[in-house]
Amino acid sequence: MMGDLSLPMLIASVLAASAPLIIIALGETLAEKSGVINLSLDGAVLFAAMAAFVVARETDSLLFGFFAGGCAGMLTGVIVGYFSIYLHLSQVAVGFALSLLCRDLAYFLGNPYSRVQGPTMLNSKLPFYDSLPSSLQIILTQPLTVWLALLLVAVIYYFFSFSKAGLCLRSVGENPAASFARGLNPAKIQMLAVLGGAFLVGIGGAAYSLSLKPGWGRPQGAEGIGWIGLALVIFGGWNPIRVALGAMLFAFLQVSGIGLQDLFPGIPSQVFQTAPFPLMIFTLIFMHYSTSRSRKQGYSSGRLQRIAGKLFMSRAPKGLGQSYRQE
Amino acid sequence: MDVEFQHISKNFGSVKALTDVSLTARSGTIHGLIGENGAGKSTLMKILTGYQSKSSGSILLDGVEVQLNNPGQASEFGIGMLYQEPMDFPPLTVLENFSLGTPHQSRQELHFALKTLSIRFGFDLNPDRPVELLTVGERQQIELLRLIHCSIKVLVLDEPTTGISPAQKEALFPALKQLAADGMTILLVSHKLEEVANLCSEVTVLRHGKLTHHTTAPFHFPKLLTAMFGFVPKRSDRSDTRDTGPPILIFKDIEASGERQGLHRCNLTIAEGEVIGLAGLDGAGQSTFLRLAAGLISPDQGKVILFSDPLPYGAKASIRAQELHTAFIPADRLEESLFARISLRDHFSLREEHGMFWQSRTETRKRAEEAIATFSIKGTPEDLAEDLSGGNQQRLLLSLLNRNSRLILLENPTRGLDIQSGQWIWQHLRDELSPDTTIIFSSPELDEILHYCDRIIVFHDGLIVLDSAVPETSHDAIAAVMTGIRESAP
Repeated sequence: MMGDLSLPMLIASVLAASAPLIIIALGETLAEKSGVINLSLDGAVLFAAMAAFVVARETDSLLFGFFAGGCAGMLTGVIVGYFSIYLHLSQVAVGFALSLLCRDLAYFLGNPYSRVQGPTMLNSKLPFYDSLPSSLQIILTQPLTVWLALLLVAVIYYFFSFSKAGLCLRSVGENPAASFARGLNPAKIQMLAVLGGAFLVGIGGAAYSLSLKPGWGRPQGAEGIGWIGLALVIFGGWNPIRVALGAMLFAFLQVSGIGLQDLFPGIPSQVFQTAPFPLMIFTLIFMHYSTSRSRKQGYSSGRLQRIAGKLFMSRAPKGLGQSYRQE
Repeated sequence: MDVEFQHISKNFGSVKALTDVSLTARSGTIHGLIGENGAGKSTLMKILTGYQSKSSGSILLDGVEVQLNNPGQASEFGIGMLYQEPMDFPPLTVLENFSLGTPHQSRQELHFALKTLSIRFGFDLNPDRPVELLTVGERQQIELLRLIHCSIKVLVLDEPTTGISPAQKEALFPALKQLAADGMTILLVSHKLEEVANLCSEVTVLRHGKLTHHTTAPFHFPKLLTAMFGFVPKRSDRSDTRDTGPPILIFKDIEASGERQGLHRCNLTIAEGEVIGLAGLDGAGQSTFLRLAAGLISPDQGKVILFSDPLPYGAKASIRAQELHTAFIPADRLEESLFARISLRDHFSLREEHGMFWQSRTETRKRAEEAIATFSIKGTPEDLAEDLSGGNQQRLLLSLLNRNSRLILLENPTRGLDIQSGQWIWQHLRDELSPDTTIIFSSPELDEILHYCDRIIVFHDGLIVLDSAVPETSHDAIAAVMTGIRESAP
């Protein structure tokens, strides 16, 4: 397949495959920037995918489907948020248990809808489709989720970097006690971030069952994606653009795996299916060594180094995973 | 705005932090609140800012009772506080820290406001620098400027001069007086009597959570001291100069980065048994010097020779330095040297070199109890390090110090401590440890340096500008070189 997989086709499939992953990872970034780890991601994605498919089929409306997916995601957010922010329970324990619960709940509730036909989001042609060269026609004919994902990258990047609300959110993730001292309400901000993030996770889940891997079944095809999303947030150093690039890299590894399989028929197909995971780890190691010098120095003098540092250095929000108790 | 506390009490569990405290701070005055560490000053102020809740009593602003349940509400009434430990966001930039908690404004406006205020107070702050690269004093400056920018009416300062240099102090004090003259109510929490006498028109003394004394200027120091401590602490005469031995620490052509200016062209020899004070404005190179000697950072060029053994580069340096019995106690105790959420007892079992897999709980408990007794730490073996007061944290650190240490490096050892705790620390360092032990410390307090050290090294902008035996120099001469005034060539 790699033989006849042209470059535009490759780009198009990478974009399509990465879109839901980008949305999911961005949702998690939003929550983690405020200091809360939503570990229920994997279950939440499946649960939202199921809810989205069921509602879309019952109402025959994709819009309702996506909305239902978002709400299902938000439901998990309510639980994670309430338990960890207000009851100060361990975010890891709550998230992990919830992840398993959501997955099984999704299979159980979705069972009647297994392998049935439902509405699917089709690739939409751009209004100026005819005026484009054919390679761009291939790349840019995508489902709406792709445009949504790319738009979200820009919006969330802007939100974190330039908006006051984003700054407040980041400040809570770094030092909730100091945010409180400056008159902010850390619990409320964290809850909003978790809910917003979980809504995006739900939309990402819906993008699987309504667009990328249409339909519901066991397995659905979105299994494990939540864990990848969690890893991507770390890979991307909590920076929305890098997180999105990481998602695209992962999608690229997946897509090219399929192509390479045809090119090297002697190698067992499992190698190509598993390859993206170790390759991700190698990339992390590579990044570590390429930035270790500036990391040690803590800061760098050169302008180029500073930019490189911003691009590759990652530091988790200081208050990540710790629950804040008001004195 | 007049601030009136009426019968404020605060209990932490069974511990009474404040008992029936009433006081009034009038608009346009600077009101001093003094007392020992743990006397309840900070707690009273945190109640005013809504950061902590009170158990009983009421707060009146201009005679009207108000509810201050959180800092957000307090800031709506125009109450702002500069906390003793920086309450900020280290990874964020100066400008971002400045803008958090202020009313919404554009980046340019904030930038301009920060710049104007910096100039007015004589602070040197780069808006785009992450705060984690700044010194504690500089971080306090940002917060102070932010509060003033928010045009607050009641300003609470909790030990504002803890991290700042004398020169910054000289810029800060007239500014505070000006703010008070403009009608602001300032509450100054301090245990430095000179400062209080300098600034305040009224003083209230707290001791063990109770109000023991209230007076207006002029102040009678012995009376204040009695109210603070119950007795007047003796300020012993200058310590004797010690005999020195062979050189143990040599800095050879050191060029290093760190702090604001790094450290440049540094050549020094330090002998066994010396007690050396490092003076200089905040961030002039003292901390870099100490960290180089401790092996925590490596020089860009040159060599650090410790006990006639060149320190290796990188991570091995600090391990080697410790093998050579060098100990370093940083200024930020909870962040860099203690484990905030680990108990005292466990600090002792962590220090044990033997028994990776098995630790005897009774054994380490006994050790902790011994240390608590010898170092008079107020706490139990099961208390977490973060629950101790600053003075007790420092005592704990000293008790954890290896008895065989030959070189002790201390960064601002009495930071945030009251006079008594400070004297105790110094008495321990100079008298309890072997006289062969070399002590190098930095301090923003020139008095402390002149009082306790034999030799003084003054830093200015990353350069050593003065290196002299203490008896051969004077307070004024040091202050002059610290601020960059060079003696004119003869």
